[in-house]
Amino acid sequence: MDMVVCVKRVPDTAESEVHIDSSGRDIDKGRLSFGINEADNYAVEEAIQIKERDGGTVTVISLGGKESDEQIRMALAKGGDEAVRLEDPAFAGSDGLAIAKALAAAVKDLKYDIIFTGALADDDAFGAVGVAMAELLGVNHAAYVKKVEIAGDKIKVGRELEGGLLEFVEMDLPAVLTIQTGINEPRYASFKGIKLAAKKEIELKSAADLGLDASEIGEAGAWAKLEKFTPPVVGEMAEILEGEPEETASRLAGILKEKGLV
Amino acid sequence: MGNYLFEPVHDDFRKTVREFVEAEIIPNVDAWEEAEEFPIELFKRMGELGFLGMQYPEEYGGDDDILAEAVLHEELARCGSAGTAAGIGAHIAIAMPQIKYFGTPEQKERYLVSGIKGESVGALGITEPNTGSDVAAIQTYAVADGDGWIINGSKTFITNGARADWVVLAVKTDKEKGHAGITQFLVDTNTAGFEMTRRIHKLGWRASDTAELAFTDMRVPGDAVLGTVNQGFLQIMRNFAWERLTMSLGAVSGAQFAFDAALAYAKERVAFGKPIFRFQAISHMLADMATEIEAGRNLTYYALKLYKEGGQPFREVAMAKLFTCDMCVRVTDRALQIFGGYGYTEEYPIARALRDARLGPIGGGTSEIMKDIIAKTYA
Ligand SMILES: Cc1cc2nc3c(=O)[nH]c(=O)nc-3n(C[C@H](O)[C@H](O)[C@H](O)COP(=O)(O)OP(=O)(O)OC[C@H]3O[C@@H](n4cnc5c(N)ncnc54)[C@H](O)[C@@H]3O)c2cc1C
Repeated sequence: MDMVVCVKRVPDTAESEVHIDSSGRDIDKGRLSFGINEADNYAVEEAIQIKERDGGTVTVISLGGKESDEQIRMALAKGGDEAVRLEDPAFAGSDGLAIAKALAAAVKDLKYDIIFTGALADDDAFGAVGVAMAELLGVNHAAYVKKVEIAGDKIKVGRELEGGLLEFVEMDLPAVLTIQTGINEPRYASFKGIKLAAKKEIELKSAADLGLDASEIGEAGAWAKLEKFTPPVVGEMAEILEGEPEETASRLAGILKEKGLV
Repeated sequence: MGNYLFEPVHDDFRKTVREFVEAEIIPNVDAWEEAEEFPIELFKRMGELGFLGMQYPEEYGGDDDILAEAVLHEELARCGSAGTAAGIGAHIAIAMPQIKYFGTPEQKERYLVSGIKGESVGALGITEPNTGSDVAAIQTYAVADGDGWIINGSKTFITNGARADWVVLAVKTDKEKGHAGITQFLVDTNTAGFEMTRRIHKLGWRASDTAELAFTDMRVPGDAVLGTVNQGFLQIMRNFAWERLTMSLGAVSGAQFAFDAALAYAKERVAFGKPIFRFQAISHMLADMATEIEAGRNLTYYALKLYKEGGQPFREVAMAKLFTCDMCVRVTDRALQIFGGYGYTEEYPIARALRDARLGPIGGGTSEIMKDIIAKTYA
């Protein structure tokens, strides 16, 4: 089974204060720490478990600056074989589709049976890259995958539906699977693995190396354009309850009852 | 931080250890402190993950990388329970090094291999009820008996002592001599005559078991001698630098932990209409704390660099141990002040941090002894 895993470096915003930066189109990342996108971490683990069980190779791909090497190296340390990083100023302003174009261009010449991505990025939460990539490559896909069973040149996958239900689908390979968190238990990279990964080369590819024209990628190739971030404004419909917790809780309960919501 | 010393592989390893500490240690430390021990399975788990062998030769399952072990000590000390870090530390940085340096191939095969896997747990027993700082005055005594030895005496304050599978003991083999009459023995704790007489309840380091041990006509075979007869004192000295460095690394991390908590609290807690961080008395306290932590970190890294380069930098290590362990008490004490009444409760991590910090200037050689060592290098 030859596999490709796409990983993204994202800021950890779960427990930090987030501010919009002066451009208005990004957040101030100066004080944030970074790590692998959570769902991607599960995608890496899934690929490595399949490799350990059935053999094959795992190639790690990331689109991003030099700092992304850190996330790539960790995936290599856990058992990835080879790595490619896509970097070009022309990728700036990409939406999910433009990123999918770059990734698809990078994988189309590789030998692959399964391409893994995370189901959703923690930062921009498009949830589109994997599916768009499958479309561009003309292969099958399944999103929000929480179970993977391989049977010859077919796979059976369980997709997460609402309420934790799984929908099982069978499909031919090759395919793109976007992996949902919780599908497995991601391992820790061992120091021995880290030392091995440090010796591996991460192949660097520009837009030109991928045969992509500037008009297809980045902001020019994006269907969605980010204009500006604004903090959510308190709308007219919103009623903010103020006061002591006991008081606000009982008023809230009253409102919910009154509107027939409970 | 400290990138002049660490390589990218160490930075990556730090991430791995941090992930592990955050996922598998931090959520449990409150329960472990309450129970006055962390689960013995933690050794096994850390062994599985390859965390116990960082400084040990590859042929015994280790990685032969002292800086990686330094990273491990720094990250463990951020768990908010110095006792948990101490139990692991006593095994990998205090007990096993004696075998690495002085063990026979058979002793290494038996104790290092299992110790690195976390399948056996070790302790180092030097301190006795009647003597601590003055190691030459120990009274536990061994007499030769045919091809073995018979040991009588007792030890106290032994970290991991209640649960260890083996202990490296400092024992007098020549009563007439001081330093030159000490021998190290590597003893299985299931040997007849070995008894764990009690667990000691402590101010801090609660998640670590600390025990008193007694030996009554305990017969050990000749190959229980570790290293050379009557060379035990010099052998103990061989690893003092590392033991003290690990305490310095832990003290800096412990102080950083208290600082981070105090800083976050100062920005949230409102008094007289503004966050207390905006009172200069508080922000200057934090400025002093941060400055002392950086000074301690850099002194420790400097001593670590000299140690890594193959020296025995007694002076610099003693300076680092003295400064950082005292500093950690000052910093956690100020952090507690910033937390006000909440700092004095068990609902915030600072009360424990201060209790834990207080061991630093005592264990591994007291601050007074560190000053003696430093002064002697100028005599
Ligand atoms: C939680 C904990 C864990 C420990 N773990 C271990 C362990 O695993 N193995 C082990 O062997 N030991 C262990 N110890 C013991 C520790 O190393 C000793 O407590 C320490 O060395 C001090 O010895 P002491 O307690 O006998 O104090 P003493 O030596 O009696 O000292 C009492 C006081 O006198 C001062 N003093 C002594 N001599 C001098 C001098 N020459 N000049 C100036 N002042 C002096 C000391 O600094 C101290 O302030 C542990 C202790 C604790 C509390």
